Amino acid sequence: MTNITVNGKPHQVDADPNMPLLWVIRDVIGLTGTKYGCGVAQCGACVIHLNGDAVRSCVTKLSRAEGQHIVTIEGLSANNDHPAQLAWNEEQVPQCGYCHSGQIMSAAVLLRDNPNPTDADIDAGMAGNICRCGTYQRIRKAIHLAAELQRKGAASK
Amino acid sequence: MKHQNQTHTRARVSIKTLAVVGILLIMTGFMAFTFDNGGKHNNDPVSSPVAVKKDSAASVKAFKQVYMVLMSARCMNCHPSGDIPLQGDDSHLHTMSPRRGIDGKGVYAMKCSNCHQAANTPGLHTPPGNPNWHLPPAGMRMVFQGRTPHQLAKQLIDPKRNGNKDLKKLIAHADDGLVMAAWNPGEGRSLPPMSHDAFKKAWITWLTTGAYAPKGK
Repeated sequence: MTNITVNGKPHQVDADPNMPLLWVIRDVIGLTGTKYGCGVAQCGACVIHLNGDAVRSCVTKLSRAEGQHIVTIEGLSANNDHPAQLAWNEEQVPQCGYCHSGQIMSAAVLLRDNPNPTDADIDAGMAGNICRCGTYQRIRKAIHLAAELQRKGAASK
Repeated sequence: MKHQNQTHTRARVSIKTLAVVGILLIMTGFMAFTFDNGGKHNNDPVSSPVAVKKDSAASVKAFKQVYMVLMSARCMNCHPSGDIPLQGDDSHLHTMSPRRGIDGKGVYAMKCSNCHQAANTPGLHTPPGNPNWHLPPAGMRMVFQGRTPHQLAKQLIDPKRNGNKDLKKLIAHADDGLVMAAWNPGEGRSLPPMSHDAFKKAWITWLTTGAYAPKGK
């Protein structure tokens, strides 16, 4: 049994410790918002937060998560109202949408570590998330908007 | 009265003598303890002084071997001239352009350990692994790419450019976990051009014969 916490909820997982975390999250726990893309950490579709780091769950073994805290796209905010989620909606970023849970999870780490990112910062932070539809310009625009929303949110608190 | 005074004087002398002898004994004991510890210290191979026997010809010859290894993809790929690591046997820029970051461990959502696990991920084109995967930090970039043998040799022994390593630390670095990872690179990646044992022998020979830099610029 491996003990992990996913989106604040503790789970005892009866699975091979070598099983990719992505399999555990999708097939064992049943949270399917995180997507399988390449399976070799090349595309970013499977990004989740492991203790706040944007790890790629397709190559991260369950054993690495023992006793750790995982956040998936379903747990990023209580009401789908993380600034990145709001900005993604506002800018109508997705086309097919498959990569965007990974995109948003990476953007959330960028916005946490750098609340006012430049275009260069966005390029550096998001370079590992590939979008086959080529929505990169809208992603960049949405991250700038999310930064603005985040600042306004912080100011209103 | 005179006899009484003499007795007092003798008593004072003997007390003084006793005190001096006592202090000497305590000091001797303390020194013996210190030297004993020092002796043990000297038997520790890590802290023993490194014997250097200068031999410029042997040193330069050994460095040629060292240079071959350090400039191989397995070593140079993480010692790039820019802030993006290199990748593959042809040392191309790492796909996705991960950046060095201040601590050498990446930036934002692009931290090395987000993909590189504690061990190699099985399969071709998967991330190789190590618990300490990183580039040299921004403040001590330790570039190998593009360095001539002369430049690299000078850099390697300069504490201001080698991560503050003295001779002992340089020798120990041959067995560093991340250095050793070069000989366990994961599927589909070539090994350095000689065994780790042969590299270590050349490395130590170079350092203990004077760490001479080959001639040139």
